Amino acid sequence: MSETLTQALVNLAYVIAASLFILGLKGLSHPRTAVRGNLLGAAGMLLAVVVTLLDRHIIGFELILAGFVIGAAIGATLAVRIQMTAMPQLVALFNGFGGAASAVVAGAALIDPTLQPSGGITLQFSVATVLSGLIGAVTFWGSLVAFGKLQGLITEKPVLLPGRHVLNLALLLGSLALGALLVGAPQEFWLYWTVVAAASLLGVLLVIPIGGADMPVVISLLNSYSGLAAAATGFVLSNNALIISGSLVGAAGLILTNLMCKAMNRSLPNVLFGGVGAVVATAQEQEDIYAGKVKATSPEEVAMLLEGARRVVFVPGYGMAVAQAQYATRDLYQLLEAKGVEVEFAIHPVAGRMPGHMNVLLAEVDIPYDKLKGLEESNSLFPQTDVVIVVGANDVVNPVARDVNDPSNPIAGMPILEVDKAKTVVVIKRSLSPGFAGIPNPLFAADNTLMLFADAKKALTDIVAALKES
Amino acid sequence: MDFITALTIFVLAVFAGFEVITKVPPILHTPLMSGANAISGITIVGAILAAGTKYTTLSMTLGFLAVVFATINVVGGFAVTHRMLQMFQGRGRERGKD
Repeated sequence: MSETLTQALVNLAYVIAASLFILGLKGLSHPRTAVRGNLLGAAGMLLAVVVTLLDRHIIGFELILAGFVIGAAIGATLAVRIQMTAMPQLVALFNGFGGAASAVVAGAALIDPTLQPSGGITLQFSVATVLSGLIGAVTFWGSLVAFGKLQGLITEKPVLLPGRHVLNLALLLGSLALGALLVGAPQEFWLYWTVVAAASLLGVLLVIPIGGADMPVVISLLNSYSGLAAAATGFVLSNNALIISGSLVGAAGLILTNLMCKAMNRSLPNVLFGGVGAVVATAQEQEDIYAGKVKATSPEEVAMLLEGARRVVFVPGYGMAVAQAQYATRDLYQLLEAKGVEVEFAIHPVAGRMPGHMNVLLAEVDIPYDKLKGLEESNSLFPQTDVVIVVGANDVVNPVARDVNDPSNPIAGMPILEVDKAKTVVVIKRSLSPGFAGIPNPLFAADNTLMLFADAKKALTDIVAALKES
Repeated sequence: MDFITALTIFVLAVFAGFEVITKVPPILHTPLMSGANAISGITIVGAILAAGTKYTTLSMTLGFLAVVFATINVVGGFAVTHRMLQMFQGRGRERGKD
């Protein structure tokens, strides 16, 4: 076969692979078609890999095979072993590896002429190489820091270094300047690694000031970056498959980032640079709101309440994941359903540590997906709800969010689940400690709120036991 | 492929991405992230070339590293997405029965 024909067939295969990615993502628009969609995406990837292996420039397969075996072993082990509660950190980690791969490929392309345009290095090639290195390194190190925070290896609290904005700006401009030098002299490939080094530091510094509850935004954004890094590598290699897939992922990440920001009524710059969560309410401020108004309850009392309820809504939050309380939640859900109670789950978009985190945990314990309701639908039904059980959520049910005129209010205007409109609210929580936003929650002191001070898993198990006895 | 062609493809794909992904419901946002993540491992294509052409020891080593990273991303990403999506689908089927 002539070389141009082979190349045409290879490019055709890449187009098919890219189409499979688009169809795969389309399949994710419904739980029924989602498994097939993901398999289509995987098939597209397999096709892209296989045709690439046929490239005539490849003179040895042993390194490629060794890389496949090692990478597949690590990836598959992580994917099979991971607990659903730890999904955010795993996604962050995988994301980081994608970014690193893009940066390293661009670095290799700078040395290896077979990866370069046939007519020699072009402006597109060198500029795209710099961008791959920059975005890839930021993605890798940013994701590693996010992983560390989510895994509890480093503090989840925002780490605010003095002069961090200036430092970040200097690092960004510095890496761009080094990149410009490299574009001027592409044979000085060591310059590329100085860009990568500066961008690596930037990646760490960009994520370290962001607190745990803002992780859904950060993970979405890093996801977008990993796509953009792949797209930039596509410009380096002049490869359509990379450009198309990279931009798809870039778009997906941006959409999620935007949704998460909206769900907190904050701008992206505010999430990234605002350092929210660093200030925690003083004991005095809390005392003013809670003193004499908080009513504690017992599992038995909650069981009695549930006994007479017709409609019950659970509001899960990150606390449910931390306490591994999803199984106990399921037990209570099933018991209530068996008693003929209408039960639903109200899920705030930023509940948990990544978009959709709560849905995955509830899916794990076989809660039907039509029971999982979003913000608006849930809010329209709270006034007709007899009992709301808040499991490990705090800021997303804080009525202070409605107070938009207080400039010191970090959650002003944030769309919340309006649980206070239900007949009775039961909040399962260890103590009155503030949520991530660092402010007291007047919901806990409301007339229709009962506080069940306990570990979420134990509290729910006790309620189930009490309900079975009655 | 000239720059404008590449840019055209990039811009059109971003629009296609926006169209397709806006339709993904919030309950599937985590699988969307991990699935999209796996797709971003497409950079494996470049990694394979870098590892296979064996131009210099350095480019080979970089290629090998990139293959490892990208394979973790691709295999792990698709596998964990599959695991999650089966949980969602499983529930749907059980409901169909009762």
